[in-house]
Amino acid sequence: MRATLAVLALSTALGFGFASEADAATIYPLDRATILVRSPFDLKVEFAGVVKAEDVKVTLNGEPAEVVLGKGFTFVEREPGVDASAVMLRAASLAKPGHYTVEARAGDDVKTVTWDVYATPAQPKAKNVIFFLGDGLSVAHRTAARLMSKGMTEGKANGRLNIDGISPVAFVGTSATDAVATDSANTMSAYMTGHKTAVNALGVYADRTKDSLDDPKVETIAEALRRTGGKAIGIVTTAEIEDATPAAVVSHTRRRSDKADIALMMFDVKPEVVLGGGSAYFLPKSVPGSKRKDDIDLIDRYRESGYALATTAAELETARGTNSGRILGLFHTGNMDVALDRLQLKKGTVSKFPDQPGLVKMTEVALEQLAKDPDGFFLMVEGASIDKMSHPMDWERAMYDTIEFDQAVGAGLAFAAKHPDTLIVVTGDHTHGVSVIGTIDDNKPGTEMREKVGVYADAGFPNYEDKNGDGYPDNVDVSRRLAIFSSNFPDYYETFRPKMNGPFEPAVQNEKKEYVANEAYKDVPGAVKREGNLPRSADTAVHAVDDVVLQATGPGADGFHGYMEESDIYRVLVDAMAIAPAN
Amino acid sequence: MLGLLGALPLLALARPARAAAATPLGFGDLYGAVSVLGLSFSDKVKALAGQPVTMRGFMAPPLKAEADFFVLTEIPMSICPFCSSDADWPDNIVVVYLDRAQTFEQANRMIEVTGRLEVGSWTDPHTGFVSLLRLVGARFERA
Ligand SMILES: [Zn+2]
Repeated sequence: MRATLAVLALSTALGFGFASEADAATIYPLDRATILVRSPFDLKVEFAGVVKAEDVKVTLNGEPAEVVLGKGFTFVEREPGVDASAVMLRAASLAKPGHYTVEARAGDDVKTVTWDVYATPAQPKAKNVIFFLGDGLSVAHRTAARLMSKGMTEGKANGRLNIDGISPVAFVGTSATDAVATDSANTMSAYMTGHKTAVNALGVYADRTKDSLDDPKVETIAEALRRTGGKAIGIVTTAEIEDATPAAVVSHTRRRSDKADIALMMFDVKPEVVLGGGSAYFLPKSVPGSKRKDDIDLIDRYRESGYALATTAAELETARGTNSGRILGLFHTGNMDVALDRLQLKKGTVSKFPDQPGLVKMTEVALEQLAKDPDGFFLMVEGASIDKMSHPMDWERAMYDTIEFDQAVGAGLAFAAKHPDTLIVVTGDHTHGVSVIGTIDDNKPGTEMREKVGVYADAGFPNYEDKNGDGYPDNVDVSRRLAIFSSNFPDYYETFRPKMNGPFEPAVQNEKKEYVANEAYKDVPGAVKREGNLPRSADTAVHAVDDVVLQATGPGADGFHGYMEESDIYRVLVDAMAIAPAN
Repeated sequence: MLGLLGALPLLALARPARAAAATPLGFGDLYGAVSVLGLSFSDKVKALAGQPVTMRGFMAPPLKAEADFFVLTEIPMSICPFCSSDADWPDNIVVVYLDRAQTFEQANRMIEVTGRLEVGSWTDPHTGFVSLLRLVGARFERA
């Protein structure tokens, strides 16, 4: 085995760790992990086969891990559902920054990984950090939002978005530990923990056992802030508050769909401001509308902990005057409705939940509340439905929500103008395969819609108007609108038009679990069926692997540069707040 | 039993005799007040509890081979919440327990289900699926 060992050592020294060797152990945190000094993490070694407890040796820089970490491993001879052994050491932490070589061995099974443990500067640059996350925010969303909101004359934009004033400072790679492709769980988890993980996972490395709540944990930014100081924490989203992006700020699970558990984990952290949808997971199962499977009443628990509760925009207005310093605002049982439906079309579920606040109002209330904390704050604001409407290729809804997200960033910039010790980050968690390619002009001749697609010089300019100055087109269904298409799609009917009757549902599932075109759109004038280019298991358009653009302004923004892994972003955030200086 | 749904040949879709007495119930009729803090059943649903009713909707694809129920939705489900962690069921679903196996109907086609209305939270012992409204001893046909 000597030769193999030498190769392993060489490969890690060069920075090319083997992704996984079929017959070797796996160590979590994985090779090339970057770990905040003193932050707790679970150290797990999964051996390839059954080994004896007395044969297991784990060392950190040649010293027994138990000595360095000050506690012992739990040995499991046969992991549940796996015919192999593992050792686990929960809540390990390393007090000294530096390069660590971790070796695990049991007989012939040897694995070596390296970790970098880092400290932050001693002096904070920023008192407050606002992290604006446009879910799925791609370059096309920015371009289309600008064209729809501001218009264009002779090739020059007639106005600028708020995000247009913030410099792009990094390209961010979004891939997961198990695939080049990615979802909103592992991506946001990387931003919020500094560790990359697998698709669907939050705040954990994905181990091989089936249980979704036993995986080796890493610390989230909210936990790190609670452990190191007194900063307030805010989470604002238009999605369910248990959805992957907001969940990543606080939670630990292999499966983002563990939403009832995530709701409990969020309560454990008790962010000062929690605003979004997803009340179904706060209600005991006896209440109609609940999605819990137990009798826990989280609304009650928040109330008992001194939170002001708001369930409508009007109640949020009342709650913002609270002097408790804590607001729980839940405005929908599920995901909140999108801006186009809330503000103009009144479709979706707006008739059931007619008084939902928008992302801008929620951001303003959160900032006002969090700013009361003399220690500063960390606020995460998510524009969730940029993604949720890009999946079904409902471009108008996705772009209206991009405009709304941009206006929320505007609220952040206004705050930072008065509080210059505020770092603002604006980014996406992954991209979509979406592009703006021209216009669709109803007044071009013929009945075939593809002949009305204007490209190159024939595109001209779209004729959206914003006479009321709210930043949104007054009417989404104009005669010369943007032509926006996805690079990837299931079977669906392309209608070349905005979906005026509610969010687009391109495909439905058949008994073979294959997605087929939703025939509800078959008879829309001009609709054509497009044969999908995705596997028939794909329900909607998928995430792209393309880099996302990260923009930042304010103190600490100089920490971002060039190409960065998503997990590198965390370090810039904690550096800016200086939450873990070397002792 | 949903495995059987797909596997068995199409059974005769004769409307069950008791359907004559069944009261039509629409998805819009299910809930009275809707709020973030919970829904409340409509007076119509409360009055029809335990009675035969007919509902029109769409059959969501089977949950698991071993499940003996399916989910009836108001509009075709574009995303299967059982398979995708990106989605969740809408609030106003009705769970249907068939009195005997029937062939899966395409999610694109409306069906009419007749069964006895059960009202109130109930957890399926095999799958852990929690439902509020159920049609039990049910049969369906194309609408
Ligand atoms: Zn997505």
